[in-house]
Amino acid sequence: MSTSPTTLPASTQAPGRSIAAWWQAMPLSLVFVLFFLIPLALIGMVSFWDFNEYELLPDFTFKNYVSVFDGCSNMDEMCVTFKTYLSTFKFSFLVWLITLVIGFTVSYFLAFYVRSSGVQTLLFVLCTIPFWTSNVIRMISWVPLLGRNGLVNQSLQGIGLINTPIEWLLFSDFSVVLAFVHLYTMFMIVPIFNSMMRIDRSLIEAANDSGASAWQTLWNVIVPLSRTGIIIGSIFVITIVMGDFVTIGVMGGQQIASIGKIIQVQTSYLQFPLAAANAVILLSIVLMIIWALTRLVDIRKEL
Amino acid sequence: MNKDQRSAGFWLLAAFFAAFVFFLYGPMLVIVVLSFQGPEGGLTFPLRGFSLHWFGKLAEGLGVVDIGAALKRSLALGAAVMALTVLFSVLAGLAFRKKLAGGNTLFYVVVASLIMPSIIVSLGIGLEFRLIDSGLKWLLEALGMTSTLEEYGSSLGLFTSALGAHLTWTLPFGLLIMFAVFNRFNPAYEEAARDLGATPWQGFRHVVLPLIAPSIVGIGMFGFTLSWDEIARTSQAIGDVNTLPLELQGLTTTVTTPSIYALGTVTTVISLLVMALAIGLAWWLKQRQNKG
Repeated sequence: MSTSPTTLPASTQAPGRSIAAWWQAMPLSLVFVLFFLIPLALIGMVSFWDFNEYELLPDFTFKNYVSVFDGCSNMDEMCVTFKTYLSTFKFSFLVWLITLVIGFTVSYFLAFYVRSSGVQTLLFVLCTIPFWTSNVIRMISWVPLLGRNGLVNQSLQGIGLINTPIEWLLFSDFSVVLAFVHLYTMFMIVPIFNSMMRIDRSLIEAANDSGASAWQTLWNVIVPLSRTGIIIGSIFVITIVMGDFVTIGVMGGQQIASIGKIIQVQTSYLQFPLAAANAVILLSIVLMIIWALTRLVDIRKEL
Repeated sequence: MNKDQRSAGFWLLAAFFAAFVFFLYGPMLVIVVLSFQGPEGGLTFPLRGFSLHWFGKLAEGLGVVDIGAALKRSLALGAAVMALTVLFSVLAGLAFRKKLAGGNTLFYVVVASLIMPSIIVSLGIGLEFRLIDSGLKWLLEALGMTSTLEEYGSSLGLFTSALGAHLTWTLPFGLLIMFAVFNRFNPAYEEAARDLGATPWQGFRHVVLPLIAPSIVGIGMFGFTLSWDEIARTSQAIGDVNTLPLELQGLTTTVTTPSIYALGTVTTVISLLVMALAIGLAWWLKQRQNKG
């Protein structure tokens, strides 16, 4: 899964057939215009509209944005929006860090320690299979393990480590992070593994021959050369967690707020302009994070 | 790295990998095991008996939810998404091999859709179709077509807004697979066909298509399974009816019997069946290719 434009397939046919090519690209382009670009533009537009209980009222008002940040000038107590974003950032950061460590380690093992390419493919596919099953199923599969009378509590009580069941295992920050890691580490593994497989093996040998330890090779050769994969994986994981409302809803016992959840609740009350304003703010923040991520790399490359 | 002997590092990493696989599969196996409980069974261990009781309960329906109808909707939508994903991805993949003005922009839009938070896409599509609704209603009223106006429900639906929402999620995967395919594709075969006087269509039908067929099956699999399990993009864009994952999400808060695990087992089995079918088909196409 490569996202660099340099990997676009080279023109392998006669040039100057742009018109025929555009007919072929048309259906796909139309889908993205109709179901991606226009909807995004509409979100921007409607975020300035007014509304009542029954309908949307075309307008140009900053009312929705003002109400998103309602009470945020109060210094004593943080407003709901800031609190929600803070909690969403916390989840994003934790999940990013954990999936990065796991994803990198797993990819590193598969790419550099498994010798036969057949076994490599087999183990890689083994990691991707759970990705194809329902997210909700994978979430609720934690219930019999983490619940008050779940397997973990039963076992811990059985061996006498605890007397009363641990309550924070399920429907808590812990279970939300756990579910995210369970669901989305795949999004880290695939791009990082992909980057690692492209690393020229002679570079590793050169490092070995020059007397680098395994750690030095890892840190000075493999990590920098896996950079693209790490960034792509990070973008996936962070954007997913920032916008999520399903995982946080199910695993948080509908008790933990997130921006996605706020948007979802507002649409269910038909407060579309409010939801749109929230979506615009969420989108700007996600874009800033992506921009910062890509900047971060360029700066380090130049050093 | 260590060519001669497995180092301590290898075993440490292998153990980590094994633990990760256990972490991935363990909870899902628990669900499958618990769904085969006897009628007395609850949501947690220990297992109480062994039966198909909860699958029977599932077939009878869970509360007010018509599981059968939701299943059919999800299958129908998945099939439509699969067909369109294959068709549009292959066409666009072919287009990108030629000189495509604005191809880079299109590529960035597709990638942007892949990393856009799904709730935003979903909200946008929901809004778009609601605005279409208001526009149409206004138009019908202006034209005085009151009887049509009364019958008119909503343009939001399974094969309008929900289909579009799913395609914004499946097509990026399809296009990226096509790129991977055509990056490794040797155009010499096509040139040979052209030199022998094949029309572009003949060249595609008899040369390119058989060569890329296994990957096309892969795209179809991506299309179906991604649609089959999709929630976030569908949530605001589907209107009055629900797909299976959406029903499932609702059921997590209301159903407290192992029949929800039975439902989980059934949907997982369908996902795995589609994957197995696709892999088998791709393998068969490859075998045929090697023979021919």
